[in-house]
Amino acid sequence: MSEVFNPQILAFCCKYCAYAAADLAGSMRISYPANIKIIQVPCTGRVDIIHLLKAVEDGADGVYVAGCIEGECHFVEGNIRTRKKVEYVKEILKELDIEPERIEMFNLSSAMGPRFAEIANEMTKRIIKLGQSPVKNNKGAK
Amino acid sequence: MIIADRKPIEEIFEMIKEFDKILIVGCKGCVTVCNVGGAKEVDILAAILKIGRKKKQKPLQIDEKTLERQCDLEYIAQIKDTVNKYDAVLSMACGVGLQFLAEAYPNQKFFPAVNTKFFGGATAHGIWEERCAGCGICIVHYFGGLCPIARCSKSLMNGPCGGSAEGKCEIDKNVACIWDLIVRKKMEHERLDDLLDITPAKDWRSAKDGGPRRRECKELIK
Repeated sequence: MSEVFNPQILAFCCKYCAYAAADLAGSMRISYPANIKIIQVPCTGRVDIIHLLKAVEDGADGVYVAGCIEGECHFVEGNIRTRKKVEYVKEILKELDIEPERIEMFNLSSAMGPRFAEIANEMTKRIIKLGQSPVKNNKGAK
Repeated sequence: MIIADRKPIEEIFEMIKEFDKILIVGCKGCVTVCNVGGAKEVDILAAILKIGRKKKQKPLQIDEKTLERQCDLEYIAQIKDTVNKYDAVLSMACGVGLQFLAEAYPNQKFFPAVNTKFFGGATAHGIWEERCAGCGICIVHYFGGLCPIARCSKSLMNGPCGGSAEGKCEIDKNVACIWDLIVRKKMEHERLDDLLDITPAKDWRSAKDGGPRRRECKELIK
């Protein structure tokens, strides 16, 4: 029972900022938790409500979207639109009595390698504190 | 189009609490356009219900199907081979769609996942407003193309009433007084005199008050 909780965290990262920042963090030899699984997206605007919900449904302990700083989206407002989608999913989780903090939106630029690692650490700490996803505890039908 | 709104999640969970295998049926008509019951929303609702039920350790098997329209017999026939394989069916169409399903498949249990609201249109992205009450005899041309039946809180035919202040209705400061708009439009068109005529009381038999309505198009009936 003394198993260490190793959270599964999914990060949707915009290729223009967060993904490049992850690359930079690597070049700078800054380490960040290995339990972060990155999915590169052409813009955070590509991330939809269903992607976030499916991640939770399939047992992700935490999910975050990392996009460009507001006002600097390459597609003008993809990050602003997705912030609203993240807020929507937070509301849904609240209704399901699941901690909304499991879902988050972050903004950073491609030059912020250390910030990328900081976000990954922050999210990991947060999810460890919250514990395993209540969805994952149960073996559910697909 | 018909505007609907998704029911609260808790209410939907309560409806399906005893079932383990359900079908969610969406509609590609009005409810797709008003972002409440199309393929995308069916997908989202399925994910929400699965998450909720996994959490309660009572997993739910869900299949999804979105029909061209749920208010047409030829399209609802598309689920005839599968519909009875489920414990229950959630319809994300308007009240019309659900009833067409329920009439076509009397052995199945159907539940509405949306509340059907009104006839309206999108006034901005993500905002829909009522424009028509389906009263049966259209009279908007007398009022500058603005409908006092649907858009006046009291459905006044000879307005405005004393509750109109600064162009807003007394029921809500976000609701425009349609009679204020009608008068302004008539002034713009220099046809204010039109409003001196008293509009007689409406015959509501053409509306819902006359009982359930039916339209027949004789040249189409076989």
